[in-house]
Amino acid sequence: MSKRLPRTVRLILKNRLTTMGLSVVFLLVLIALTAPLIVPFPHDTAETHIDNRFLSPSSQHFFGTDELGRDVFSRVLYGSRLSLQVGAIAIGLALTIGVPLGVVAGYSGGMLDEVIMRITDVFLSFPPLLLAMAISTLLGPNLVNAMIAIAIAWWPWYTRLLRSEAISVRERDFVQAARAMGASQGKIVFRHVLPNCLTPIVIQASMDFGSIMLTSAALSFLGLGAQPPTPEWGLMVSTGRTFFLTHWWIVTFPGLAIFIAVLSFNLVGDGLREILDPKMRRKRR
Amino acid sequence: MTAYIIRRLGLALVVMFGVSVLTFLLTVIVPSNPAMRWVGPHAKLEQIEKARIELGLDKPVHIRYFKYVANFLRGDWGVSIRTHQPVLKDITTYFPASLELIIFGMFLGFAVGIPLGIVSAVRDGTMVDHGSRLFSIVGVALPTFWLGMILQLVFFKQLGLFPLAGRVAMMTRFTAPIEHITGLYLFDSLITGNFTAFGSALSHIVLPGITLAAYPLGLSARMTRATMLEVLGEDYIRTARACGLRERKILSMYALRNAIGPVITVGALTFAYSLVGTFLIESVFTWPGLGQYGSRAIISVDYPAIMGVTILIAFTYVVLNLLVDLIQAFLDPRVRLG
Repeated sequence: MSKRLPRTVRLILKNRLTTMGLSVVFLLVLIALTAPLIVPFPHDTAETHIDNRFLSPSSQHFFGTDELGRDVFSRVLYGSRLSLQVGAIAIGLALTIGVPLGVVAGYSGGMLDEVIMRITDVFLSFPPLLLAMAISTLLGPNLVNAMIAIAIAWWPWYTRLLRSEAISVRERDFVQAARAMGASQGKIVFRHVLPNCLTPIVIQASMDFGSIMLTSAALSFLGLGAQPPTPEWGLMVSTGRTFFLTHWWIVTFPGLAIFIAVLSFNLVGDGLREILDPKMRRKRR
Repeated sequence: MTAYIIRRLGLALVVMFGVSVLTFLLTVIVPSNPAMRWVGPHAKLEQIEKARIELGLDKPVHIRYFKYVANFLRGDWGVSIRTHQPVLKDITTYFPASLELIIFGMFLGFAVGIPLGIVSAVRDGTMVDHGSRLFSIVGVALPTFWLGMILQLVFFKQLGLFPLAGRVAMMTRFTAPIEHITGLYLFDSLITGNFTAFGSALSHIVLPGITLAAYPLGLSARMTRATMLEVLGEDYIRTARACGLRERKILSMYALRNAIGPVITVGALTFAYSLVGTFLIESVFTWPGLGQYGSRAIISVDYPAIMGVTILIAFTYVVLNLLVDLIQAFLDPRVRLG
């Protein structure tokens, strides 16, 4: 591993687009962590200043102010916290459901595999955004429910991926050896099979991060995610809609933030796939 | 081949059954009270109770499910709580608008995306390749609702080139009304020779069409590039080159033909995704289609309409998947024998 890490880093640095994506992701994380300290108007996440309504971008308000006089720049920076949180929690939840089911289905085979995979097929028959919309409507529109809805829409992709990995790993010699040594099923699955299936999951999860951020923004835009006055990017675009033709900055900057964040995560995901996926590596040679 | 078709059809039926169960269960756990929504906010308790019985909500869940499926198969998809119209009637009214938008957008996306992917693969590693790759990555990363608004800002507000929203100009509805044949305005106005309405419909569909095209464009460009690169490395391409065939012929006759399969598969599946995408795009462009109907149903927790639209889109997805698999099996024996 120690030998491999520098090589991976070297490969990442060689790919300009991936490096660019990774730098923006680091910057986003940094902004998210330090937002309360660095934003010029920290109270503008909730406080309104009617006298300052619709001020165009200036040296005082870099991205102007919105319909309630709040500083758009401060709210956009704060929004990075929510977007990253939603992405991380939703992916974490989806992995928590999808990974164990996939590894059990792939390792055990037979009837259990059949049942898990047919349920997975049903969930996969819904485009993720549709399922997430339906679930968050029914659970009630708020950010937590939106994360749950996204996780419910996403887990089957991980189950399917992990199952196919587990099927190939279960036939490998070290698994046979563990079985011959009398290791319990649980130990074989979680100590031997699962750790050897993780690379494709890491790649897939990193590629999905952008899509999940996009889905969460779309839910908020439709009124199914974060609720006012939360400084969530999708919601900011949605509430700014009424005024955007006369005050372009209200929707332009939060939307641009979604776009840049999603683009960076996609670039990193793509880069990681090229570097970590042996099939892609071979192709590049 | 017959065995494969039967197996694949069986699987699709199982999945459709599952889709109907899941969608139904989702509405059962709904925390809001549908009976209360049906009678309105000022109804008395006995009126709500009467509505509960009228809507069949007093029956056990499995009875309600079987009744729903039986009615669904007969074409009775329930009555929308919001519009008080049969859901199927609403869907057939709104669907053509979305279909027209999707056809236009997907055609645009693929017509630009596939050539972009080919150029990118042929010029692998050059600036052209980097540019087109970046373009395709951008297409996939853009929030569609935001892109729509930016297009409105630039092309309506700044340049005044295209209308802001709607399907056709208000005046045109009176001066050159479109005869309803298929519900696809571009098609209907063209075959009836109503060129004024055609022009208006075309100018209205451009901005939402471009917005919808962004995702299929990026996706098809990426897919075409990847499959073309793979095919261009094959022995038969080298052989064709060694035989002295012209590069243009090699690309169109040998490479593209073998590379396009997966792109078409993705295209078919993107159709269902675009149906969901219309929820956002139609909301931005006030496009009177299924997406707008769906998003309004969501806001008013109109569960019969939500169920109808959800099942319709999921079924479309399952059927398209089935068709793609069958076509692939027909064209490629490895699929059906595998």
